[in-house]
Amino acid sequence: MSPVRRYEHGSRVPGWDSAADLDKAPAAVPDPALVDVPADLRAEIEAAMARYPERRSAALPALRAAQDRYGWCSPEAIEQVACVMRLTPAYLASVATFYDMFELEPAGRHSVYVCTNITCSLRGADDLFTAIEEAAQGDADINVRSFECLGACDIAPMVSVDNVYYGPLELADAGRLIDDLRSGREPLPELALALRRSADPNAASA
Amino acid sequence: MSTTILLRDIDEPGLATLAVYERRGGYASLRKALSMEPAAVVAEIDASGLRGRGGAGFPAGRKSAFLPKGNMDKYLVCNADESEPGTFKDRELMQKCPHMLIEGVVIAAFGAGISRAFIYIRGEYEAQARILDAALAEARSAGYIGERIMGSDFSLDVVLHRGAGAYICGEETGLLDSLEGKRGNPRLKPPFPALQGLYQGPTLINNVETLMTMPYILEVGGAEYAKLGAPNSAGTKVVSVSGHVQRPGNYEVELGTPSRQIIYDLAGGPPVGRRVKLWFPGGSSSPVLTEADLDIPYDFDSLAKAGTMLGSGAIIVVDNSTPVLDVALKVAKFYRHESCGKCTPCREGTNWTVRMLERIETGEATPMDLDIMASVQERIIGNCLCVLGDAMAMPIGSMISKFREEFEAHMLSRQLADVAA
Repeated sequence: MSPVRRYEHGSRVPGWDSAADLDKAPAAVPDPALVDVPADLRAEIEAAMARYPERRSAALPALRAAQDRYGWCSPEAIEQVACVMRLTPAYLASVATFYDMFELEPAGRHSVYVCTNITCSLRGADDLFTAIEEAAQGDADINVRSFECLGACDIAPMVSVDNVYYGPLELADAGRLIDDLRSGREPLPELALALRRSADPNAASA
Repeated sequence: MSTTILLRDIDEPGLATLAVYERRGGYASLRKALSMEPAAVVAEIDASGLRGRGGAGFPAGRKSAFLPKGNMDKYLVCNADESEPGTFKDRELMQKCPHMLIEGVVIAAFGAGISRAFIYIRGEYEAQARILDAALAEARSAGYIGERIMGSDFSLDVVLHRGAGAYICGEETGLLDSLEGKRGNPRLKPPFPALQGLYQGPTLINNVETLMTMPYILEVGGAEYAKLGAPNSAGTKVVSVSGHVQRPGNYEVELGTPSRQIIYDLAGGPPVGRRVKLWFPGGSSSPVLTEADLDIPYDFDSLAKAGTMLGSGAIIVVDNSTPVLDVALKVAKFYRHESCGKCTPCREGTNWTVRMLERIETGEATPMDLDIMASVQERIIGNCLCVLGDAMAMPIGSMISKFREEFEAHMLSRQLADVAA
């Protein structure tokens, strides 16, 4: 019987369709003697654990640190985090699969999140996403994803490039955005959210 | 004359730094609070009539009073996960005036006798997290957070925690699980977080804007703040206006301001030649209103009376160039994607709603499907651990009931097109 595709759109219930391998032994908490964790990554994770009353709270910052280093949450990256945090890799994989910002497959060095939620889509984001995808086609360095509301509807349609917000974009900006990224320039600098002033006339100050 | 509290001089150069914030009188309210009894601080907040700005509109003073007294570990969590589509007020506030949030956090923690605070900021707000981190470091070295704040006996540790992209983590118990390093699944309530929240301890959870209002309330007094706004909706609100308007952005208005004034006078209304078709008054989770509802005063009770809600204070305007089906499909797909999958009515209900809307789009649906879809919405509401499913069911249900003719006309035109082909 063919599996029923229920959650094709980046679900929080991944693995719904895939059968469990019941013969596989569960992975235990990794043995520190057997897992090589780079010293700076270990230090970053330990510092994160020290910030909380319970070390488990550091799961998100630790996974983020590993992803920043390896480009994605690879099985090796997760094993290293598990080793330092004294958790099982399965536990951390369950956490990583829940959150949209963790990459579960190898991903490009640059992330381009295109908001395609309601406000941005009312202002042309769906076409913009297609145009950016086309412009970046075949470039393994650039990870273009459509994203849910990024909280910048005032600059719709907008993109988050390596977690920096830009907008509003015209369709014609798609090519320039990708060109800028490829050549190592800041993309669309004049559209940076940081430059935007408040819209409220009563907020004005000199 | 409108009063501007949170957005006043928000673009002043350097406002994000301690020096400029202090020059403007920053942290004076904290000094005043620390000279008072904690119960008196909560009494001021209570007297102000301030209602939570995150979505539910719960009275902030009463929430604080729910926390048990005593010396157990208690926590304050600032909800800076702002993920409700259409909402971007907390982003601008944190980015431009981070110290006002920190001051609010310390005041709220002092009032409730809390010694550990967390700010849970959504992962996508990296720039804002950096700004807050820098502000926290400044506040720490100036003695506004940390041990024995400003020479008092009160100590508070504040940790900034970044999420990683999940709408459900804005739901307060999903947020707590996420902060504990877990998947952000909502919890069964009761127990409510005020009694058993973070690490099983009593936890006070407040939205960014709610906390940022507290320094002003301490400055002028609760009774003075209560004079602003509308009955049962005290104060000002930063409203995020977006969609088909000419000047999208955050506008601070007194609650009770006519909605038309916000959408037309401040945000410029829809592009020339177009009209408002429908609008979400409080983020994409709120039941939609139409052009006929533009004169409703923008406050908690007036919007509730109109069958919708103020929610997070995000107005999304859709003009008459957009089919209602497109809006419904976009909204339903979002909630399908963000459903955590724990409760069946939400997990399946969001999925089936998307499928039925797609059937309408392709012309396979019959008018009966609209009734089935409406009944699916009714079966979601109130039947899950949290309100994510309701947050889809309410706007979709309202679109079906208010724009039924348009849905039916679309189905008919698709079927006629098929017959013609």
